[in-house]
Amino acid sequence: MTPWRTLARTVLARPAAAPVPPVDRETASSLAGRLEAGAQTPLGRSLAVLHIDAGSCGGCEVELRSLRRAVYDLERFGVCFVASPRHADVLLATGPVTRNLVEALELAHAAMPDPKLVVALGDCAVDGGVFKGSYAIAGGVGTTLPVDLLISGCPPAPERILAGLRALLEANARSRPGISSR
Amino acid sequence: MSRYCSDDRWVMTAVDATYWQQATRAIAAGDATLLSLWGEPGRIHMAVFDNAIVVISLDCPNGLYPSVGASHPPAIRLERAARDLFGLDPVGLPDARPWLDHGANPTAYPFLPVEGESLHQIPVGPVHAGVIEPGHFRFTADGETVVRLEQRLGYVHKGIDRLMHGATVARAARLAGRTSGDSTVAYALAFVSAVEMALGIAPPPRAVWLRGVMAELERVANHLGDFGAICNDAAFTIMLAHCGMLREGVLRCAAECFGHRLMMDCVVPGGVAADLAGDAPIRTLIDAIRARFPALVDLYDKTASLQDRTVGTGRVSAELARQFAAGGIVGRASGRDFDARRSIPYPPYDQLHFEVPVLHEGDVNARVWIRIKEIEQSLSMLEQMLNALPTGDIRVACEPHRSAEGVAMTEAFRGDVLVWLRIDEAGHIDRCHMRDASWFQWPLLEAAIEGNIVADFPLCNKSFNCSYSGHDL
Repeated sequence: MTPWRTLARTVLARPAAAPVPPVDRETASSLAGRLEAGAQTPLGRSLAVLHIDAGSCGGCEVELRSLRRAVYDLERFGVCFVASPRHADVLLATGPVTRNLVEALELAHAAMPDPKLVVALGDCAVDGGVFKGSYAIAGGVGTTLPVDLLISGCPPAPERILAGLRALLEANARSRPGISSR
Repeated sequence: MSRYCSDDRWVMTAVDATYWQQATRAIAAGDATLLSLWGEPGRIHMAVFDNAIVVISLDCPNGLYPSVGASHPPAIRLERAARDLFGLDPVGLPDARPWLDHGANPTAYPFLPVEGESLHQIPVGPVHAGVIEPGHFRFTADGETVVRLEQRLGYVHKGIDRLMHGATVARAARLAGRTSGDSTVAYALAFVSAVEMALGIAPPPRAVWLRGVMAELERVANHLGDFGAICNDAAFTIMLAHCGMLREGVLRCAAECFGHRLMMDCVVPGGVAADLAGDAPIRTLIDAIRARFPALVDLYDKTASLQDRTVGTGRVSAELARQFAAGGIVGRASGRDFDARRSIPYPPYDQLHFEVPVLHEGDVNARVWIRIKEIEQSLSMLEQMLNALPTGDIRVACEPHRSAEGVAMTEAFRGDVLVWLRIDEAGHIDRCHMRDASWFQWPLLEAAIEGNIVADFPLCNKSFNCSYSGHDL
């Protein structure tokens, strides 16, 4: 096959993206309540996410990367990954927060403009996971930063991460009347 | 010196300082290959490849031992790590800086001094721009040209060695499977193989072959991901999209067959956790990849703008690959003909037909081609394994009840994983050392980027795809 035919087929093919999964309503409701209670200024309809690996084994990163590829196509929901904390609405952290990364995590969070949200992704980020009790970890993102959303799993499957991030979008939109996520 | 355990492929021996220094000289001269070096309280160990894997152990009650790194640079980071973790001081090691231990003031780390006119430095990390692991890269550049890269790693040090101490074999297997998440099968396999060797347990034949199936699925998934990601770093995003879809197919197939997309905790001591109900999903997957992959390879090979970025970029010399015993893709793209599946054969690979692709150019393009060829080999191996899959049990009891030592090496997608462990009398892990291929690949990345432009670093880095977590432990 000539390369041009591959390119042409790619352009003409139907999108590979999977059907849109439902939003996790329960998580969305509880999040909306918390966002309102915290007098958090809503961020609007899309979220710019900064990923920080705070000691992950790399498993969560595998699934985060899956989420960004054609099949899950995260960006169609208005969630995009950004390179700098200056551009980020959401800090999405994985890993049990190693002592060697506490400072970097705190500095990155401090560099983000307000309002900002923190998501702890994966069992390690929730409470240290399989590495709980080690001298080398702080033990979960909550030990270092105020966490708005926990997404458990080892690693959480892309559908689960997607449900969590869409709940975040929904809750964020609900806490500002007149704007709704699709 | 007393020899206390051996079979065809492994020898474990306690030695004195004189023998230790003789071994060091042999390694430095290139007569033997350093596989790893690690400590425990009051004792230092070294694994050497010399037709078999030889583990030599030296008692150092005063905490001192003759440095290997002083005459053989690949050992330097291992010795710095052993000093951080166990307080063992390598006498004669020129580098006194810590490695994994960042201490109370992490920003105070003294990078190597750089002097010269019109040089500037670019610090990158540990917080990176993409969805990747954390590490720090300190570039010194002359205009656009990198004249030196110095890495600083250890950010994801989780204290795995300490967590292993006193752990049950079952818990330790879970830890091993989370040492480098993208290689969870290869790590779990190396760990349980070392346990089974120590205890003299033979897993059922069906389990052995299913482990092989899992390991090759893992390799195909990772190589597909890398192939797409390398092209993406040259702004050729269509390849990332196509490889991403193929890769997703592999992960879904793994979930369907073994219950977990990455196959975490599927390889367990004594066998495997889940049986393969039917091989149809894997056969469908093989057909799907074979139908679509060749067009992507063709696209890669015939796109001049992409070739312009990968050919000749980030060269690693054969001499460096040999000296550092670079495993996996990095070694085989630079003429080092080593693959644990064939060089230290373990089942089921001793019964499979496959080629180990080796290239000599040592550039990004060669590392891409090694991956392409290995995907083809893995698909063939998967087919062979499905055709000859034994029937029967998938697990035997594995309850340690005596002290024993074991060592094993498996071939992960990025290179060989070495595991050495000792089980205590209560049947718990006393000490477990795991050495990722990245230990010997990271330093070569520093060499590969030299003389290249800063903008080609992502390409070089991705073509290596070293593990941070597997290295930082």
